Amino acid sequence: MTPCAAAVARDVRSGRASAESVLRAVLRKARARKDLGAFVRLLEDQALAQARAVDAKRGRGETLGRLAGVPVAVKDNMLVRGVETTAGSRLLQGHVASYDAAAVERLLAEDAVIIGHTNMDEFAMGSSTENSAFGPARNPWAPARVPGGSSGGSAAAVAAGLCPLALGSDTGGSIRQPAAFCGVVGLKPSYGRVSRRGLIAFASSLDQIGPLARTVEDAALALSVIAGADPGDSTCSAMPVPDYLQDLGTGVKGLRVGLPREYLAAGLDPEVEAAVRAAVEALRVLGAEVREVSLPHTRYAVSSYYILAPAEASSNLARFDGVRYGRRSPAARSLAELYELSRGEGFGPEVKRRVMLGTYVLSAGYYDAYYAKAQRARTLIKADFAAAFQGVDVLAAPVAPTAAFALGEKSADPVAMYLSDVYTIPSSMAGNASLSVPCGLTKGGLPIGLQLIADSFCEGTLLRAAAALEAAVPFPGLPEADRA
Amino acid sequence: MAISAAEVRRVARLARLRLSDEEAALYERQFGGILELMAELSGLDTAETPATASVSALSNVMREDAARPFPEPERLLALAPQSEGGCYKVPRVIA
Repeated sequence: MTPCAAAVARDVRSGRASAESVLRAVLRKARARKDLGAFVRLLEDQALAQARAVDAKRGRGETLGRLAGVPVAVKDNMLVRGVETTAGSRLLQGHVASYDAAAVERLLAEDAVIIGHTNMDEFAMGSSTENSAFGPARNPWAPARVPGGSSGGSAAAVAAGLCPLALGSDTGGSIRQPAAFCGVVGLKPSYGRVSRRGLIAFASSLDQIGPLARTVEDAALALSVIAGADPGDSTCSAMPVPDYLQDLGTGVKGLRVGLPREYLAAGLDPEVEAAVRAAVEALRVLGAEVREVSLPHTRYAVSSYYILAPAEASSNLARFDGVRYGRRSPAARSLAELYELSRGEGFGPEVKRRVMLGTYVLSAGYYDAYYAKAQRARTLIKADFAAAFQGVDVLAAPVAPTAAFALGEKSADPVAMYLSDVYTIPSSMAGNASLSVPCGLTKGGLPIGLQLIADSFCEGTLLRAAAALEAAVPFPGLPEADRA
Repeated sequence: MAISAAEVRRVARLARLRLSDEEAALYERQFGGILELMAELSGLDTAETPATASVSALSNVMREDAARPFPEPERLLALAPQSEGGCYKVPRVIA
């Protein structure tokens, strides 16, 4: 079994294991599980050079970083210098990144080893990793089911033990929902906690980078590394980064946990509801005070999100014009054709749908009815959370209405797909910190996640509660026989 | 909520997207359902509510406007589908 990231780093630092041997074992598994579609490219040579450099550093007696020799996979929307980075899009095939994303820089500065890019919905638009130019990723627990999305490759890779740690990005649930579907821990940091320099943008008022890991400790470790101010991202906060590992084991005695009644309503699968309620009961037994709270504008979150996110996407994706990078249509005879054909041929159906939607809601005559209205709804959604956090420290909720759905089940119906984000979108709209931690299995053996939401920049509280739950209700992880 | 075929074509043009006839028909069909979802907002009273453009607590993050060289600018140009003499090359704009 692949050891967790904290254990790898300890062993590599102490010399019990070499970074190269750890990497070789992980690459063997990743190569053996190509069927999962978790990776879009493995960076074997580059990773080997990085691992050897870590071992050489130790050989010289130098102190190694916090992620010494830890193999990390990053989502295909994070730039890795000198390496093709494509955001799951045909439009970016052949696009070689000219610099490292800030998060990648920070991983490398702590002696991590970048093993590859993981599969994703094109430009992070989707909830199933079916919208990838490389073909879908599959759920390691049930290969006929989706791993969730859009960071489905990262979740599948960690769940199957192909790497101990991965980065994803979350705009409306794209870390938490795949983490829930694949039975791993997924953390969406507060808006502004992690630099997005070098993240291929989808919706800039929402996008955040965060870790997917098998343990809460690993998620805390990874956040400690990637969080913090960056002059290259003006939305990134200068708020000091605490040591998220320090208070991890201090328990939940006296922690005030809110159960939002709007999240435990019609449309929620009974098995998911039962698992969520059982997890909350476990927190209560550990000393947390549980009370019901209300987030009355929850029902407006999906509709306003699917106005704001596509609007921002239509603007962000205007840069893909066939001139400076990416695909250029060979058929174009004029500049107008160059734009229209390059984009028409390069973007997949969901990206086109969202660029169209975004263009529509921003177009003359519709702006006030859609875009301005959605921005106002966002104010109300944010105020709901602010009011709730007056009385509680953490909110506990489902991550998704159901466990992992089947491949193809929702791909013909965009509205059904959009509604699968109903519980993750509100906290994204408010910019809060939230995570998904495994809390049980359905009778059919599919993972269920508990979502914990805390006020902005209260990741420590979130991780502490998740660690308490993890210790009290151990999650089996994928059976060994099914692992690589 | 329905959207006409002409409207789909207009939006595609604004978005600089060439759509096939099948794609245009598909989006025409699907947009109705999506706009219905969005119409949920019309029931919400926001007369007294200000808009939120960003949830960041930061505003006007300033720094010195100092030029810094990008190492190896030719790497950027090398990403372009076509370039010539240190410039991006595009089809003729003025006939």
